[in-house]
Amino acid sequence: MATIRVNGRQREVPSAPDTPLLYVLMNDLELKGPRFGCGLAQCGSCSVLIDGVETRSCVTPLRSVGSKSITTLEGLPADNPVSRAMTAEQAVQCGYCFNGMIIKATELLSKNKKPTEPQIRTAMKGHLCRCGNYPRILRAIQRAAGVVNA
Amino acid sequence: MLRREFLKAGGAIIIGFQLNAQTRTPVAGPPNANQIDTWLAIHADNTATFYVGFAELGQGNSTALLQIAAEELDLGLDQLSTINLDTHVTPNQGGTYSSASIARGGPQVRTAAAEARQALLKMASAQLGAQVDQLTVARGIVSGGGRTVTYGALIGDKQFNLAFTGNAPVKKPAEYKIVGQRPARKDTPAKVNASYAYLQHARIPGMLHARIVRPRGQRAYGAGAKIVSVNEASIQNIPGARVLRKEDFLGVVANTEWDAVKAAQQLQVTWDNTPSLPAFDKLFTQMRAEKTEDRIVLERGNLASANAAHTVTRVVRGPYQMHAPFAPNGALADVKADSALIITSSQDVYATRQQLARVLGLTQQQIRVQYAEGAGTYGHSCYDDCAQAAALLSQLAGKPVRLQFMRHDEHGWDLYGPAHIGECKATADAQGKLTSYEYHGWQHNWANVETSEQLTGVAAAERPGAAAAQVSPLNLGSMYVIPNLKLVNHKVSVQGYLRGAWLRSPLDLSFSFASEQAIDHLAFELGLDPYEFRKRNMTDVRWLGVLDAVAQAAKWTPRKPYANPSNANLVTGRGIGLGTHLQSWGAAVADIEVNKQTGKVRAKHMYGALDAGQVVNPGIVEAQITGQLVQTVSRLLLEEVKFNETGVTTLDWNSYPVLRFDECPEVTPVVVQRLTERSSGAGEETMAAASAAMANAFFDATGVRMEEYPLTPARVLAALKKK
Ligand code: FES
Ligand code: FES
Repeated sequence: MATIRVNGRQREVPSAPDTPLLYVLMNDLELKGPRFGCGLAQCGSCSVLIDGVETRSCVTPLRSVGSKSITTLEGLPADNPVSRAMTAEQAVQCGYCFNGMIIKATELLSKNKKPTEPQIRTAMKGHLCRCGNYPRILRAIQRAAGVVNA
Repeated sequence: MLRREFLKAGGAIIIGFQLNAQTRTPVAGPPNANQIDTWLAIHADNTATFYVGFAELGQGNSTALLQIAAEELDLGLDQLSTINLDTHVTPNQGGTYSSASIARGGPQVRTAAAEARQALLKMASAQLGAQVDQLTVARGIVSGGGRTVTYGALIGDKQFNLAFTGNAPVKKPAEYKIVGQRPARKDTPAKVNASYAYLQHARIPGMLHARIVRPRGQRAYGAGAKIVSVNEASIQNIPGARVLRKEDFLGVVANTEWDAVKAAQQLQVTWDNTPSLPAFDKLFTQMRAEKTEDRIVLERGNLASANAAHTVTRVVRGPYQMHAPFAPNGALADVKADSALIITSSQDVYATRQQLARVLGLTQQQIRVQYAEGAGTYGHSCYDDCAQAAALLSQLAGKPVRLQFMRHDEHGWDLYGPAHIGECKATADAQGKLTSYEYHGWQHNWANVETSEQLTGVAAAERPGAAAAQVSPLNLGSMYVIPNLKLVNHKVSVQGYLRGAWLRSPLDLSFSFASEQAIDHLAFELGLDPYEFRKRNMTDVRWLGVLDAVAQAAKWTPRKPYANPSNANLVTGRGIGLGTHLQSWGAAVADIEVNKQTGKVRAKHMYGALDAGQVVNPGIVEAQITGQLVQTVSRLLLEEVKFNETGVTTLDWNSYPVLRFDECPEVTPVVVQRLTERSSGAGEETMAAASAAMANAFFDATGVRMEEYPLTPARVLAALKKK
């Protein structure tokens, strides 16, 4: 049994130490935020915040997490500005990529309150959206940042 | 705190799913489509459940179809909900493909809702003592004779027991309050707060985790994946991991997901690696040289008689491309001796059930297939293959299993959109009137047997030629008035090539890449504005409507293609194009930038206009157009399945790149609303036009006509050099 800190709570998890954190969160803790997309750190589907830094949980072994603090999509406030803006812009299609999109945009806005459009595009380029929703996601992030009018 | 909901399904408890169909007892379907109760249930709390036979694939149809139902029932959209497809509960409306949800499903939903309303008003009339025509309804509250009664009070959770005749009058578009409006999608809140249950979240108690084991990258369709030997001892260090096999179908199960992943990686298998595919750079030569089955799709007039003051011929090649859903498919299966439950992201649960019956040796009635949404599939990705694999593994293990395809399984064993060769010849007279048009297309049909079934020893087979798998009379020339025309389909045999199936706007990107470049080049030869040249040759108001709409949105001003050749390294171009899929009308304008030194092409701004008749929710369709334009840019610039003679080699997002955030163009979607026209598809019908617009923009920028896409730097540099 390992103990990890997820969304502000200490959780005991039975997974072996070499297990990627993604499977621990999805299976041991039945969280729905981080989700499988590639397992190769290429798509951003599995992203979580570890001590505030966007991290690919699919390639992060459980043993490397230690006492760091993990935040998943469910750990963000229900009315967090990024999710609210995604709804307002009706940015979602299948929505599968939105875990990563919201986590990454939250990280970005925590470091840079008023990102420029190129800064947003660069920050988000590790996150794929096969439905091709980038234009609406971009607007939503700008809206969350108050860069464009809500 | 994680909210958990439980659903009893075929004896198993599925965790994480909404309570499905609490008002009806599950029995093997499809339920009788001629009964009103099959379509909807009114609940005591004055809400309603509509049982829709179409899958929410991310396109928003679960909101739009409920708008139609709400409109006819005089309920608020918030009072209506729907449930996931389930062969024990929901009607069979056919598969969720060809952008058919609204076009084909809308009328059924509309008439069923209208007929239910009629029945409810009859009941209300008796209860309130007022004539039906004196009653008014708002939000399911019927008023008349100075009193009110709710739908819920009239029938709450009881059956209508009424035949569905389809004869109830429906509302006139002028009366619409909900259809044509842009309410927010109903699925959005759950999708942004991590409460939405995707297939990947479904669990069956007591299940094992499973992975398939195949060579990385499919071989030729028909060649299968022959096992020479399997070393089961190679995974004995993983406690509980087991190898399961039926002929060449191979998989592993384990107690945890990570153990299953490791077991699949670690299992030592020797495959028969006999080459079965053409060399990658020989593909098109081989296809073109095949003995083909030829069919004239459409012919009128006489090509030889045409006044050909100007003649343009284009020969183009379009690659195999893959669905590559953002998440690979998954499936859960609990197969017993006389029953089976399968959870899948299939586009067609009833078709999936039929195939599963064959694979499992059960009757269709013994099988229950439930749909759960995965990542957007954009056509026939690996969902059936994955459902069959899960079912086989559960049958072999004697336990429920959860199977997740890995990224390399989905990329490597997809049913790709087939490669295409198009030869297009168009002529015009000196006045700029089109006089003839000829198109020859080479491609193979789709595959009819899934890989899992094939590996158990069933021979590969070709799917009988669907309209979307061959030369398209709608997308090739139909937008223009052309007196002499001939379209010929050259069907290549499917065996010996890659497994194919429908990929969003099947073949259309290749068709229009050829056809609309030929048209555009005639404009160039005639020294005409390509927009003006097209208009001169069109009379159909629907085609003209989208062409004008997109020109207006893009602020098109008269211009001649490649009118100002530039020596700069970075050049820009603007192009226009028309196209569609099997219905609807699409037009696009593309603004692109070409770096002549590096060969890099960037789409700067894409405009797309779509006429899909009556658009139920223009906001949702604008999102569809946006996605179509972005996906087309991705497919035109980046996407190409690669292989060697042994197998496919593009197995992840690095080897098969798709468009990313930093390269995404600005996008302007335009809906041409026609409320009084029949709804037609809106899920794919601007892509062909966008492909054409990009190709024409490339010519405008460089003076070079591309013969093959994607427009990768290497291909662009080679073409520029040839100039
Ligand atoms: S699943 Fe982790 S980056 Fe794709
Ligand atoms: S919304 Fe479907 S992958 Fe982004």
